[in-house]
Amino acid sequence: MTYEKVNELNLKDTELRLGLPGTEQAKEEQEVSCVRSNKRQLQSDNEEESTPPTKTQIVGWPPVRSYRKNNNSVSYVKVSMDGAPYLRKIDLKTYKNYPELLKALENMFKFTIGEYSEREGYKGSGVIPTYEDKDGDWMLVGDVPWDMFSSSCKRLRIMKGSDALALDSAL
Amino acid sequence: MSEDDEDQSPATDLRSRNKSRNCISSSSSQTFPDHVLENVLENVLQFLDSRCDRNAASLVCKLWWKVEGLTRSEVFIGNCYALSPARLTQRFKRVRSLLLKGKPRFADFNLMPADWGANFAPWVSTMAKAYPWLEKVDLKRMFVTDDDLALLAESFPGFKELILVCCEGFGTSGIAVVANKCRKLKVLDLIESDVTDDEVDWVSCFPEDVTCLESLAFDCVEAPINFKALEGLVGRSPLLRKLRLNRFVSLEEVHRLLLLGAPQLTSLGTGSFSRGDQSQQEPPDYVAAFRACKSVVCLSGFRELMPEYLPAILPVCANLTSLNFSYANISPDMFKPIIHNCHKLQIFWALDSICDEGLQAVAATCKELRELRIFPFDPREDTEGPVSELGLQAISEGCRKLESLLYFCQHMTNAALIAMSHNCPELTVFRLCIMGRLRPDHVTGKAMDEGFGAIVKNCKKLTRLAVSGLLTDQAFRYMGEYGKLIRTLSVAFAGDSDMALRHVLEGCPRLQKLEIRDSPFGDVALRSGMHRYYNMRFVWMSACRLTMGCCKDVARAMPNLVVEVIGSDDDDVNRDYVETLYMYRSLDGPRKDAPQFVTIL
Repeated sequence: MTYEKVNELNLKDTELRLGLPGTEQAKEEQEVSCVRSNKRQLQSDNEEESTPPTKTQIVGWPPVRSYRKNNNSVSYVKVSMDGAPYLRKIDLKTYKNYPELLKALENMFKFTIGEYSEREGYKGSGVIPTYEDKDGDWMLVGDVPWDMFSSSCKRLRIMKGSDALALDSAL
Repeated sequence: MSEDDEDQSPATDLRSRNKSRNCISSSSSQTFPDHVLENVLENVLQFLDSRCDRNAASLVCKLWWKVEGLTRSEVFIGNCYALSPARLTQRFKRVRSLLLKGKPRFADFNLMPADWGANFAPWVSTMAKAYPWLEKVDLKRMFVTDDDLALLAESFPGFKELILVCCEGFGTSGIAVVANKCRKLKVLDLIESDVTDDEVDWVSCFPEDVTCLESLAFDCVEAPINFKALEGLVGRSPLLRKLRLNRFVSLEEVHRLLLLGAPQLTSLGTGSFSRGDQSQQEPPDYVAAFRACKSVVCLSGFRELMPEYLPAILPVCANLTSLNFSYANISPDMFKPIIHNCHKLQIFWALDSICDEGLQAVAATCKELRELRIFPFDPREDTEGPVSELGLQAISEGCRKLESLLYFCQHMTNAALIAMSHNCPELTVFRLCIMGRLRPDHVTGKAMDEGFGAIVKNCKKLTRLAVSGLLTDQAFRYMGEYGKLIRTLSVAFAGDSDMALRHVLEGCPRLQKLEIRDSPFGDVALRSGMHRYYNMRFVWMSACRLTMGCCKDVARAMPNLVVEVIGSDDDDVNRDYVETLYMYRSLDGPRKDAPQFVTIL
């Protein structure tokens, strides 16, 4: 919908719509379906700040039975960084591969990670990302294919400081 | 695996009471007393198995109606509220097997509040007195309590088969009673049911001696089991052919079970398919265990798949006619080496994690494919979507014998649907779910009308259709014009006006089950179908544009139709907007067990 600036009033600002302010286009569809089934929507907008605003969740859509959804529930894993005062949690399912994950970790904990190589692990930065797998063993992030990693990773630990340096020099 | 029943024509026998016919007798047969005729008929009619044939036979005359009622041993009831248990036992005297369906399918997606009904209790208590010889009960979407199961176990000494599909209300304690008391039990199949964990060791409750078990399926039971007891049970069940384990059974445990009974098994649900034992031991030889499964044709499970062990199933792949990977997040690279061997596959269920690439592999190998179901790994609306029209196109080109399709995707094109309509003429079930609501053809930007139109037009055997994506009234015009055999139709977020629904109600003479949500159909559309509702099993319309006034009119005009309005507000009885309409024909009037949030007009 377009509004002209009438008498310097931008009517768009005062337009009554559904949806977060600032979300433009493609929200027509959302409005239509909101009108149809007012009661049915779970307003999840508040949780979506970091991701682009998506359509509000509709009850029973897509039509997948709940026990199927449970199997694929969001898989949050705890992430600890040596020296950081508190842990973080990330949803592994939101990443498709290692570079995406490492980039997110870098942003989250404000560090830079070195180059990964199969032979030598992460070289040069004194930061080594490790994870605990289903068997309870601590592994180096990056060795196994992404799918295998994301389904077996139970928690992450980013080693740095003296531990990491010791490992670095041992390799 | 569960499938919605493709039942035959409506239970016309139930209405025959309203049509009394005189027995047509020729002069020569007057010399034979009635009871001789009856005996002859009985001996003949007992060979009739099909429901359809029996319904037709019962309409011939009163005598045939009576004798058919005496000889029908398996009764199918598609809607438990279409008649009362008393009517069942009055009409059919020697029932040994009952198939009973309860809640409408949209209840699976939280569109109906809990405690709506479909209670098994009145059925089991009535049958306990009337059919002590009862052998089989097969329930779908019914509410079954532990007490019901206990009554069942006590009342029917010859009980052989219990199948519970998408049921709830009971727990492992109820299962334990059945296991313990039903000494002739051949089949105990719990499929996609919600079974509460009462922390009862039900597997130990089977009797100590050799069992008659042929099929044991408990993959949906979310509770750990006593593996030692299971091992013992399998060891003393020489007739066991089908075993579907839940995710609390590890790979090592499956290995041990296969050592016991592999060669006889025809169907195996593999449980978690991951290692339970965290120790450093050498894993047992899984490949050898699967190699011993010479009769396995149906494979499922993989509930917590450890991908590195998947190749263990390779020895059975060549024999498989049915494979269910729909709980396993399998990538194309993991998948392709497996499917490459499955030349005989007819039924295949999987997650979309196999991607279009995986579907292309299926198309290349599985030339006998009849049924394909692709479920979304990430069932949200705005995700990337690993499968698309490319996968569908590939399947249509490679699997020409396809009969049944369920496909979840984010994007689709009309062209792919048109191609499928030409390539797969055997299609009877076509269910496409484009998860983004109101999405048009993502290449042309047009509505999906032409694609679905081609499906209804070219797939001449189509009986079940579920539509999605951006659809205008035109799509429904096609359905009404070409969908002459359609029995089940599911519509969501589709259509522009009442005309759409009118096209369907006026054009589809075989329509039995109609489920619609969030579509702009109102009173005019509802009224246009009044000539059909007595010939249908049910109509569901939620979040449409119906008014209370119109629903009341329909209820008034059609006394044998039960019109339920299900609301979310208890207080708004006078409110005009109808949130959910669920209506169905019934011989015994409105039900007495309706909860507070249901208003029967």
